Amino acid sequence: MALTEYTGIDKINGPIVMLKGTPGVGYDEVVEVLAAEGARLGRAIMVSGDAVMVQVFAGTEGLVPATSRARFLGRPLEIALSPAILGRTFDGLGRPLDGSGPIYSDLKRNINGAPMNPMARVYPRDFINTGFSSIDVLMTLIRGQKLPIFSGSGLPHNQLAIQIASQARLVGAENFAVVFAGVGIKHDDAAAFTSSLSRRGTNLVLFQNLADDPVIERIATPRYALTAAEYLAFDLGMHVLVIITDITSYCEALRELSVSRGEIPSRKGYPSYLYSDLASLYERAGVLRGKEGSITFLPILTMPNDDITNPVPDQTGFITEGQIVLSRELDARGVYPPIDPLPSLSRLMKDGIGKGYTREDHPSVSSQLFACYSRVQEVKALAEVVGRDELGEEDKAYLSFGEEFEKTYVNQAKDENRDIGQSLDMSWRLLASLPQSALTRISMEDIEKYVKPNQRLNPDGVPISKAAPADTALVEAPLEAEPNVFPPK
Amino acid sequence: MDEKIGKEEKLGSILMINGPVVRAAGLSRFAMRELVQVGELGLTGEILQMDGDEGVIQVYEDTTGIQPGEPVKGLGRPLSVCLGPGLIGHIIDGIGRPLDRLMEKEGGFLSRGTRLDPIDMDRSWEVTPSCKVGDAVSSGMTIASVKETDLIINRVVAPLGVEGEVEYVAAPGFCKTSEPVARVRGTDGKLTSVMMYHYWPVRTPRPYRERLLPDEPLITGQRVIDGLFPISKGGVAAIPGGFGTGKTVTQHQLAKWSDAKVVVYIGCGERGNEMTQVLEEFPSLEDPYSKKPLMQRTILIANTSNMPVAAREASIYTGITIAEYYRDMGYDVAMMADSTSRWAEALRELSGRLGEIPAEEGFPAYLATRLAEFYERAGKVRTFGDKTASISVIGAVSPPGGDFTEPVTRHTKRFIRCFWALDASLAHARHFPAISWMDSYSEYAEEVRDWYHRNVDSSWAALRDEARSILAEDDVVQQTIRLMGEDVLPDSQRLIALTASLLKNGYLQQNSFSDDSFCPPVKGLTILKLILDFHNQARKLVAAGCPLSLIRKMKELMELTHVRELPAGDAAGFESLGKRIRERLEKIGAERLAHEEEEGN
Repeated sequence: MALTEYTGIDKINGPIVMLKGTPGVGYDEVVEVLAAEGARLGRAIMVSGDAVMVQVFAGTEGLVPATSRARFLGRPLEIALSPAILGRTFDGLGRPLDGSGPIYSDLKRNINGAPMNPMARVYPRDFINTGFSSIDVLMTLIRGQKLPIFSGSGLPHNQLAIQIASQARLVGAENFAVVFAGVGIKHDDAAAFTSSLSRRGTNLVLFQNLADDPVIERIATPRYALTAAEYLAFDLGMHVLVIITDITSYCEALRELSVSRGEIPSRKGYPSYLYSDLASLYERAGVLRGKEGSITFLPILTMPNDDITNPVPDQTGFITEGQIVLSRELDARGVYPPIDPLPSLSRLMKDGIGKGYTREDHPSVSSQLFACYSRVQEVKALAEVVGRDELGEEDKAYLSFGEEFEKTYVNQAKDENRDIGQSLDMSWRLLASLPQSALTRISMEDIEKYVKPNQRLNPDGVPISKAAPADTALVEAPLEAEPNVFPPK
Repeated sequence: MDEKIGKEEKLGSILMINGPVVRAAGLSRFAMRELVQVGELGLTGEILQMDGDEGVIQVYEDTTGIQPGEPVKGLGRPLSVCLGPGLIGHIIDGIGRPLDRLMEKEGGFLSRGTRLDPIDMDRSWEVTPSCKVGDAVSSGMTIASVKETDLIINRVVAPLGVEGEVEYVAAPGFCKTSEPVARVRGTDGKLTSVMMYHYWPVRTPRPYRERLLPDEPLITGQRVIDGLFPISKGGVAAIPGGFGTGKTVTQHQLAKWSDAKVVVYIGCGERGNEMTQVLEEFPSLEDPYSKKPLMQRTILIANTSNMPVAAREASIYTGITIAEYYRDMGYDVAMMADSTSRWAEALRELSGRLGEIPAEEGFPAYLATRLAEFYERAGKVRTFGDKTASISVIGAVSPPGGDFTEPVTRHTKRFIRCFWALDASLAHARHFPAISWMDSYSEYAEEVRDWYHRNVDSSWAALRDEARSILAEDDVVQQTIRLMGEDVLPDSQRLIALTASLLKNGYLQQNSFSDDSFCPPVKGLTILKLILDFHNQARKLVAAGCPLSLIRKMKELMELTHVRELPAGDAAGFESLGKRIRERLEKIGAERLAHEEEEGN
């Protein structure tokens, strides 16, 4: 097909240019705007018989309306795919950055993908042992899940993501790959990711749009990454972990574009289609019937002002299958990872844990920990008013339970990789410090089975902290007292 | 399909494409709201605005690559869904295409321009005629019945406006969907073929003879709903809640356990995996009433959040039209729409692209009207076939930031009568269902009271009132506790807190992954009685000066929190616990009395 070139731009407004007298252009088609220094990629976002509106990824700075030319390529944005993409680094528009030359392949895919038929999905049930007690027991990650990390600036979300990627019991396996897309991130963060993952020998595909790269490019970057992930998972049968950071930068780019287009804004100036647009990214995770691979998706976003009701985390939470929420308060107290369990959630865990998956006591133990830790917050609030000494015995037991929980359970070393059986046993020892009447979520049967007499769980409601400090109880019960019934994968 | 409906082909031509909104010329002979095929690919669309020769079309599929100048073809009818046997047990998309057969045709990802009817025209069904040649027929009369699943007999009724005499009727036995079941000679001499299927425009409500009062409860098997905030068959309820509060789990629970005969579940702009979960789980779950797989009464409509937004707007109408179709056969239908906010947002997005002037938060000014029209299609009715049937609608609402004052929640509240508010702090403590007992309400409680008193227990209303008043009192008591601690309270108020905690942990909470997932009303009421009986007896003791600490220590209380784990049929188990609690309290009272006498001496 002969490509037509048009000379002259009629209107420039922010990242958008208007061209007139351009028949035969399709909606969403790629455009090359040829300026003095070379070609800039763009996309037709509105087409009519005599005019086209083009969004230019690299921005419009320096474009001269009279001399600029435009070439329509007759295809949407595409990425060339072959097994050779493994180990490569690309920029935000899928162009190689590592100097190893372009990917040559006949297989080219539209970066927008196509929606998965819900009928063709397989409901994800395979548990991933991340090695973090808080995640594994309380918000279990399932292979094929989309589970975002809601963070704030300055919190260790990147380190958490790297540790999950390297401990996920999949690393090192032939058919495991990480696709990482940095969207508007700092150069140092990108470098930290690359070096720590490639040092561990992970199959890595990297897309990066750094903080000083063109803003509008960011709209395309996650789509390149996800298209590459789909190829690795569903064509090559690999288990792919996609990490995209920072979704907030992506949404800001979307907002900037929307404002330039003169669209009616909805909350906080974000476009009304923010939900649909984010869904077109997040919903690309999953497991497909008849395919070996899977896409597990860990998007990272920084909540502006740590506000979880901001449209970016809010709309994300409505689409993703749960969220891991990091807390500045826990971080300040030196807890790593600073995961706040109460607002965190894994929607898929209910079907991926328990008998036949992790261990039969997992569902009730996790529900009980939530109930008790939520009670701890109430007691803490009360203690702030009346003072700790004025609390009843039961309330005091809750406070020390809460402290233990944060200090020894949520908190763990930066290279500590706990097995799920180990994490569950720790849970029981923590719960044993509370009066038995507090265990409303655990069946009578399980209480008898799992609460060992030597764990001093006192049926009369006299808390263990009276009889023996909770940490001695922890020392007394040896770590491997219970046979680990969770079979290693 | 039915391309031949228009006698002569109408053709327009595309002028402009802006996402799902397309402007075209040459539409003067097209009808407003007519269904069209857009572009060479034949994408499905609908005409939204007309201006002289030009019109605006909303396209239900992705418009990438479509160019100005490509054709627009009219199909001669508004957006319709094909109704007939073979809907139940299947999953269709927002505009009525069968996703299972689409997958067979084109694989795991949805492509564009493929059109299929939701029902298979070549499939044979076992037909039992219920009239004979020469019989007089009027609209709504059952002509034949088709065994759709083990649970659902699909009744083929005479279409509206057909009055006359049966001239032909199919013999009992197997018959293809595409073959006529009967022919009726009308009083005007016109011959009408009665088919198993027909098309119905989704935005037009199907008529019925008369509206009835919704005085029978829809049993949901969820204690907090059946016991405190009941919904009627034919009622409308909303479940609002921020993300992670359990809207979808609650909707799934209702789809599983409600005693409706047919369940229509619409995944509107939600997660793909949620639909997959229903598809995998329901065939293996047993309906507690008929003991057959749940899938045999369920229809799924999926427009997941990454499927085209215009079809999201249509999915709600497709769903309610299917619900009306089964209602007209005399079934009680329950429809779950998860989530109506996504539908409202689809309206907003399309409205924005049409350049309409927005009202609140960018939503179009007609948002309230659309919500009202939709919810009013629910109700208990007498059909033209003279059957009593109903559609209950339960709509999830997803307010941004969990803020219930936003437009969709606010307008929805005007048109529903049952409000199950989900509470984030309950959800954080994993108290499920996280339905707040303070913010929720049901206007149906009065209407269903007589039914409960006749069919379950005559103390239903009294127990409900008592439980609610204890929970309300507890709300105040808890505020004091949060400020000053429990120790400053008199025992009478601490007893309120104790009983409320028994109610919360032992009654209101329900584990959807255990056998307690479905709780018949009798079991719920038995638990409630146990807790309230304990409360009343303990209250007398406390009033007589017995310290609460003695009562609190009794080990039967632990059992009372766990009593929901007993199977529903274990009447002896419940009775024995009640007896032991009574005796223990009597003993505590007697010991206390003896102790006092001793001190008195």
